[in-house]
Amino acid sequence: MKVRAQIAMVLNLDKCIGCHTCSITCKNVWTNREGVEYVWFNNVETKPGIGYPKDWENQERWKGGWVRRKNGSIVPRQGAKWRILSKIFANPHLPEIDDFYEPYTFEYEWLQAAPELQAQPTARPRSLVTGELLNKIEWSGNWEDMLGGEFEKRSCDYNFEGVEKEIYGQFEKTFMMYLPRLCEHCLNPSCLASCPSGAIYKRAEDGIVLIDQEKCRGWRMCVSGCPYKKIYYNWSSGKSEKCIFCYPRIETGQPTVCSETCVGRIRYLGVVLYDADRIEEAASVEDPKDLYPAQLGVFLDPNDIAVQEQARRDGVPDQWLEAATRSPVYKMAMEWKVAFPLHPEYRTLPMVWYVPPLSPIQSAAEAGKISAKDGMPDVRSLRIPLRYLANLLTAGDEAPIAAALERMLAMRAYMRAKSVEGRIDESIPERVGLTRARIEEMYRIMALAAYEDRYVIPTARREFEEDAYVLRGSSGFGFREGTTGSTKVNLFGGSKRTPRKPMMDVPT
Amino acid sequence: MNSFLNQLAFGWYPYLAVTVLIVGSILRFDASQYSWRAQSSQFLRRKQMMLGSNLFHLGVLILLVGHFVGLLTPVTVLDAAGISHKFKQSAALVVGGLAGISAFVGCSLLLHRRLFDPRIRQSSSWGDIAVLVLIWCQLVLGIATTFWTFQHLEGEEMVLFMGWANGLLTFNPNAADLIVDVALVYKLHIVLGLTLFLITPFTRLVHIWSAPVWFLLRPGFQIVRSRSKSKRPQYSYTHGPVGVAPSFGGTTVLRQMAESGQEGA
Repeated sequence: MKVRAQIAMVLNLDKCIGCHTCSITCKNVWTNREGVEYVWFNNVETKPGIGYPKDWENQERWKGGWVRRKNGSIVPRQGAKWRILSKIFANPHLPEIDDFYEPYTFEYEWLQAAPELQAQPTARPRSLVTGELLNKIEWSGNWEDMLGGEFEKRSCDYNFEGVEKEIYGQFEKTFMMYLPRLCEHCLNPSCLASCPSGAIYKRAEDGIVLIDQEKCRGWRMCVSGCPYKKIYYNWSSGKSEKCIFCYPRIETGQPTVCSETCVGRIRYLGVVLYDADRIEEAASVEDPKDLYPAQLGVFLDPNDIAVQEQARRDGVPDQWLEAATRSPVYKMAMEWKVAFPLHPEYRTLPMVWYVPPLSPIQSAAEAGKISAKDGMPDVRSLRIPLRYLANLLTAGDEAPIAAALERMLAMRAYMRAKSVEGRIDESIPERVGLTRARIEEMYRIMALAAYEDRYVIPTARREFEEDAYVLRGSSGFGFREGTTGSTKVNLFGGSKRTPRKPMMDVPT
Repeated sequence: MNSFLNQLAFGWYPYLAVTVLIVGSILRFDASQYSWRAQSSQFLRRKQMMLGSNLFHLGVLILLVGHFVGLLTPVTVLDAAGISHKFKQSAALVVGGLAGISAFVGCSLLLHRRLFDPRIRQSSSWGDIAVLVLIWCQLVLGIATTFWTFQHLEGEEMVLFMGWANGLLTFNPNAADLIVDVALVYKLHIVLGLTLFLITPFTRLVHIWSAPVWFLLRPGFQIVRSRSKSKRPQYSYTHGPVGVAPSFGGTTVLRQMAESGQEGA
């Protein structure tokens, strides 16, 4: 057992209102630069839809994620290392900027500067890549917002597999949900695996996956390697960029900017302890439906004394262990089993999980016929097909999704009985395998969702990881010292230095 | 004067070009790795890239290896190995010719899209276009040399070039005299080639140095970086040795709690 800690995220889709505040704040903080105008580290998709970039879930086309070979080992879907290298001159699986969208702005200035004209001045769109006028904007970052566009196109959504999608083309039968997406900071990242330069890495301390911008050479294998298409090629700098999980904020105990600004309070951040030795085994299980339980098996119980001891030996700070025992992410994923990984079949063991959304029962007319207990309808009669959610979150296994939805409905029924009718009905939590205390805790964290319950983020303990003594005086004045990426050798001759002898304390 | 120019172009210029190539590349790598990249434009326009880039890169790689091996192998080694000059000349002509045509076709496709696709043109720097134009010219010159080579299929000219390259490598001051009488097209090809060496550190060509063959040697697939360099001691920093009852290092002081004063900071 090798214990590592990760700051993981859960998004409660049941409460997402699709306001895009997360996307906008993220955009303004991180991708408001030349070369990444088209980039949304965080975007919100309306499902069903083909998403951003178009058709991103089609791994036959983009070759993202991993595949299991006959001998039981896994390789990136792009192929083994030599196959990846063979595609380096031109990557046949690389999306084009048009698969995202050609970024544009409008001639706003003209609205003010136009002279007196016969017609109203208009702000025409101009491409941010070429600067040329765009006659017609055909696609954009969120073109399918609120089921925009015709069903014909939307129905290409991969999660319709096994769902009779023709039925959902009719207006009265249609359904919709929001899916905010960001980098999954996977335990078994395939972007990292396909980076020929070795520029992408996972941080041992908090599990954040980052691209070393100094080391990236722009071979762009990560873009196709990531099955979530959450690595973006900066066409200006020639480097790949990705969501950094707002690590400067996380390190100081603040939630990511998308979480901080979420008006629906849908996002949760907390520590999850995992066993690094079991990752490969879990990612290699044969049946894709077993990947979700296999990933649960990688997570470690923070209340287990043996785990805590091993965690200390592996260098997890005590403050992190304490935070892990209060982690909302662990509770939702492991204790209540209401959160699920996005597309576990990609075998990347993602660490941004989702609580599936409830939806209205299929139609008011049918409502009377549906077996309802304590006002709880059968989850199979909900408008969003169970199979659709299962395709999204459990590689098609409907049972765990149904159980989670039942627990969420039970929470509502229990709290309704408690606060409206003034009675405690112990049978409701029992029926879904919960206790009264647990369902009330669920209510506190998932429904009330106070700030300190949503974000339990211990600060980075740099003092444990670096010798702070030798760092003193090393920042503050930049006399060409410690420039990023460059070697310690100064090719142009450095300043004179006191000779260093053993046992001698010299200013650093 | 002509002999002075000859000495300048083939006696001294090679040293300048190679020095700038090596020292310049090291300086750039040390000073600004962020600028060190392949700068692929495939993302902006896939068209012509799949065919063009593969043909171009494969061709150029064969040409580079061929030139290095062909020029720098000493003639004595060649003779000792029993490889006839005629055979080597023919082999170089066939392999180089095919690779040259492949690279030329690829380069033409790439140059066409760079110049005439608005997206690529607008996002290209002056250097991006210059490099491609120069390489295209170099490929034209290289292919053109085959016409003159056909007149020397016995390989006598080839031996002159080998002697020149070996002479440069051994700091023979008379190396340039060997090729004073060869056809102009060869001379232009050499000068332009050395110029490509010269400009490499200042252009995207530096990505040649980064060919990621080390990827094949990476153990496994995953990379984890840790801040701590040494093995951690076997005790808790905040609460003594492992094995005693856990008491944690106090509760996590959440930022908002600290700010609102709900809990001690």
